[in-house]
Amino acid sequence: MIDLKGYGPALAEGAVVTVELAFLSLALSITLGLLGASAKLSGNRFAHGVAATYTTLIRGVPDLVMMLLFYYGGQVMVNTLSDYLWYNHEIEFFFQFDPFISGVVTIGLIFGAYMTETFRGAFLAVESGQIEAARAYGFSRWHTFRRIMVPQMLRHALPGVGNNWQVLLKTTALVSIIGLTDMVRVAEEAAKAERMPFHFFIPVAAVYLALTAVTELFIKWLDKRANVGVVQGG
Amino acid sequence: MAEPAPLICRDIHKTFDQLEVLKGISLETRKGDVVSLIGSSGSGKSTFLRCINLLETPTAGDIIVHGDPIRFTENRKGERIPADNRQVELIRSRLSMVFQSFNLWSHMTVLENIIEAPVHVLKVPKKEAIERAEAYLHKVGIYERKDYYPAQMSGGQQQRAAIARALAMEPEVMLFDEPTSALDPELVGEVLKVMQSLAEEGRTMIVVTHEMAFARDVSTQVLFLHQGVIEEQGTPDKVFNNPDSERMKQFLAPKF
Repeated sequence: MIDLKGYGPALAEGAVVTVELAFLSLALSITLGLLGASAKLSGNRFAHGVAATYTTLIRGVPDLVMMLLFYYGGQVMVNTLSDYLWYNHEIEFFFQFDPFISGVVTIGLIFGAYMTETFRGAFLAVESGQIEAARAYGFSRWHTFRRIMVPQMLRHALPGVGNNWQVLLKTTALVSIIGLTDMVRVAEEAAKAERMPFHFFIPVAAVYLALTAVTELFIKWLDKRANVGVVQGG
Repeated sequence: MAEPAPLICRDIHKTFDQLEVLKGISLETRKGDVVSLIGSSGSGKSTFLRCINLLETPTAGDIIVHGDPIRFTENRKGERIPADNRQVELIRSRLSMVFQSFNLWSHMTVLENIIEAPVHVLKVPKKEAIERAEAYLHKVGIYERKDYYPAQMSGGQQQRAAIARALAMEPEVMLFDEPTSALDPELVGEVLKVMQSLAEEGRTMIVVTHEMAFARDVSTQVLFLHQGVIEEQGTPDKVFNNPDSERMKQFLAPKF
């Protein structure tokens, strides 16, 4: 084992923060992606407009800028709101913008936009006859969505979702900028203090690599399940 | 009181943009009727069938299913739309459709395909739905394929599974939209045989078809559509052996 100069436990804690951050952001981004794709395909002009604005804005702004904007800007907004409510309505309302929550929300929002496009393409790839058969048998819209469209779009969506997931996982490294002690932050401090960058950053790189490798296997397994009933090649 | 007719359509019109595809089609069925809709491509026969279960909304005209008229209203653009989606879902569950390209749900096994709508739409208990499904699978002769996925079967088997799916709804009327047109010639027979046995059981069926032998030998009523109107209508004997319409005579004439 390599000697981590006493930083081992802190690095391990940082790695847990990275994993928690990544999975919570993933859950948020998938939820936003499904909502966004449904809104874009709903045929409702207002819902489409909101979703289109969302994806255009988010995809056009660098992740780091978004994160800084959200973390610092978010706190200013909360403070302003808090002052307003207190002076005008004597309502007490305040919370501190936690870097972890900011991280989850920002990364979730960013990748929600990419997921929206991934899911939208996947929904469009479902054969119209499949949906028509559901309508012809008296399915409600929600039933058609849940039982036919979602299971059928999954196999088209999974490659894109897997790709987004890998980028998302690596994007979590950015939260060290807003002061969250994730794995990268701990390694950075240790490397500076000990003047041993390779010694600390190579293990961090290895952890990211291990995480992406394991989750890639999981996605392959999901992909196999989602492709049940599909004849390959042909 | 006499039982209401399974299906009555009165003066159905359908316009797509500027194009009038159906110019007033009426049809009255009795229980056990087998109605064949024939005519060349573009005559409107498939559109008419799709209007019956509201996959297309007719621009004008009435549809009455077992005495229950479908209610319509207008949207903000002044287009005619069904007034009550619940009623549409209910009516569709009583008019099950068999499609040209089968449209079995590809992520479900044959058995899952057949019990899906009975369990989730008609709220039949799952155990009962499975028993029913198995009985219909025996009937169409593919019981041993019940755990296959659609893509693992031939077109003829898929279409027979789709017919079992339609039967499992125990519908008022079965709608067939060119059920043999996507099949290899040697597979057409097995599907027609199943359809013939359904006709003999007294099921009410409306069949859009190019199979003239089926229309002549199995149906009780034949409608010949041409450019959105009924050119000839009557018993198969009348339509095939003694048609009034010149177009019907041309349609029947040997092509080569």
